[in-house]
Amino acid sequence: MTTPIESAANEQAHLEEQAQPGESRRGRLTERWDHLERWQQWGFLALGGALVFFLPVINPPILSTEPANDFPIACANMAIYALAALGLNVVVGQAGLLDLGYIGFFAVGAYVTALWTSDDSTFVHIPYLWTLPLAAIVTIAFGIALGVPTLRLRGDYLAIVTLGFGEIIRLLATIVPALQGQTGFKNVGSPPGTASDGTKLFAINNGTPWYWLTVALIVLLMLLLGNLERSRVGRAWIATREDEDAAEVMGVPTFKFKVWAFAIGAALGGLSGALFGGLNGFVNNQKFDVQTSMLFLAAVVLGGAGNKFGAILGGAFVAYLPLRFTGIAEYKYLIFGVTLVTLMIFRPQGLLGARNHLLAYAGRARDWLAQRERHPQHHQSSQKEGRT
Amino acid sequence: MTADDSWVSLNWSALGDGFLGATFDGLTFGSIYALVALGYTLVYGVLNLMNFAHSEVFITGAYAVVFTLSALGFGASVPNLAWYEIVLNLVLACAAAMAAAAGVAFLIERIAYRPLRKRGASRLAFLITAIGMSFVVQNIYFVWRSANAEPSVTMFENRAIFDIGGTLIYLDQVIIVTAALIMMIGVDQLIQRTRLGRGIRAVAQDPDTATLMGVNRERIIVLTFVIGGVLAGAAALFYVMKVPSGVVYNGGFILGIKAFTAAVLGGIGNVRGALLGGLLLGVIGNYGQILLGNGQWTDVVAFVVLILVLMVRPEGILGSNLAKVRA
Repeated sequence: MTTPIESAANEQAHLEEQAQPGESRRGRLTERWDHLERWQQWGFLALGGALVFFLPVINPPILSTEPANDFPIACANMAIYALAALGLNVVVGQAGLLDLGYIGFFAVGAYVTALWTSDDSTFVHIPYLWTLPLAAIVTIAFGIALGVPTLRLRGDYLAIVTLGFGEIIRLLATIVPALQGQTGFKNVGSPPGTASDGTKLFAINNGTPWYWLTVALIVLLMLLLGNLERSRVGRAWIATREDEDAAEVMGVPTFKFKVWAFAIGAALGGLSGALFGGLNGFVNNQKFDVQTSMLFLAAVVLGGAGNKFGAILGGAFVAYLPLRFTGIAEYKYLIFGVTLVTLMIFRPQGLLGARNHLLAYAGRARDWLAQRERHPQHHQSSQKEGRT
Repeated sequence: MTADDSWVSLNWSALGDGFLGATFDGLTFGSIYALVALGYTLVYGVLNLMNFAHSEVFITGAYAVVFTLSALGFGASVPNLAWYEIVLNLVLACAAAMAAAAGVAFLIERIAYRPLRKRGASRLAFLITAIGMSFVVQNIYFVWRSANAEPSVTMFENRAIFDIGGTLIYLDQVIIVTAALIMMIGVDQLIQRTRLGRGIRAVAQDPDTATLMGVNRERIIVLTFVIGGVLAGAAALFYVMKVPSGVVYNGGFILGIKAFTAAVLGGIGNVRGALLGGLLLGVIGNYGQILLGNGQWTDVVAFVVLILVLMVRPEGILGSNLAKVRA
């Protein structure tokens, strides 16, 4: 990925040699994919899509989280985490803002749903589906409220402030009586609809409809985000991420677009939180700690920051791993940590590297030049991936 | 909501009455934060890494303290020993904690960060590895000791030794603040005056140039982790002194977050900033707790103050560069 820098800074050339085969294998795969006809690509995508869509129904034996955890519910959790990671990817991956308090938005979303649908709440009750846009709107307000004063900060200072924000939200959920602390809210609402046998479709013990709802939302939001990323906004984000000062000098109002990123990320976080509240049917202050927030960040980086598909993969993975190993409950987070460290050591750029849409045209031009010059090693897959 | 307005009420008279006591207690906790914060700050200085696994280095020290003291015969009741015996035992426990914490810090560096450095990984990858390591170490303790807190040990009979206008100053407060201050000054002098310190500052300022000038960067990094571990070990002794029931597998995490906040508040990568940030955080948190009348408020107040300070001074109170700090 960063061959020139690595080779300059790195005295251990042999390590790089080891890294090479993996890179080129991946390069070959990308190349083969590029040489497929358009309809073949779509065919594979459709097949993959169908597999993803019917995942809870198929319940593949080795992948399955049963008997410890119901697989469709695990799938729904994975989808919800994937949605959250998708949102955080806008903030961290696209705009390059390190956000360790993303759980705060997730919590706000869950509490919005709980406050407006739960039997334990004295608020006006509204249908569950209305709380989804409401959660998004409320979290956007929170995102702007957090972003406007703090987005002057850079890097790790921003990280710690956002972490503080997440903690404040959690502590307020404990302190403020209206939010009921650990007692929490039971009977959080769910979407309407009954199955053919008259039972409720979106029941707590049935993850599949929740999964489908979340996946549908993810697909929709990915289309929207994809458009956004290819627009002026997305280019401004990437410019800000790569070099904030340079972007500012070149006339990009970086602050404005950082707030944008924060608001959009927050909205997706709130949405996933609302789904999380609905799926569990119960919301209290326990699930919204710093560690979960770090898991979201881990999901994004693990998948490959800046890559939507990567974020979704990472989110699903982060949710999946502890659920898969609940059978050996004591060790599940140990396994999780070891996996995290190992993956980062062997694939520091994440499972799927970043796709850089900004460089798409430049990258294609460079590829073309490289082909003419027959200069094999110099041009890495990251540029080829820039193809849209 | 009107019925619930009472959840936030400002009790100024309580703050007025308890002001001095809160200050002393805040300084005590602040010293502990500051010692742990130094570990964050030093590593941040040389590696630009938020080492989230440092909280686990700290809790390692706390476990070492409890185990050592239990082995030496300390228990829940006040030990019936002569003062020099107690001091000797405490020094022993402190040494064990320092050794254990430094050892774990060293191992974490070796296992998790060195391979990443060799591969020239991005900062985000380092951050995630740090989080992963934190999970790993924490859950090793979880698997080993389960979720229960270790039985508390009483180290000595805590008594008031000064009386300032009705506010008592206790023995443990004096010990902790004095010892922590001495250690902080020691580290500051180490950074400012010794050859090692010059190396650390050089690596913090410009790793490549420092390497060209003959500084062994790897050695500096390892030593930085070890120094951070030693300080965390000392902090662990004081922590067990103040919070005997706090030694749980995840007990380091929250304290780590607060210590990290302290480091950022003072200006991360800045040794004196860590001291200032730690003490400030301890004191302000205590004031907030008394003013608002609930222990939960400590952290909220601390984080709000952090946000407010960073809005005015985006790089912390003393600025962030380890290399720029002058004597």
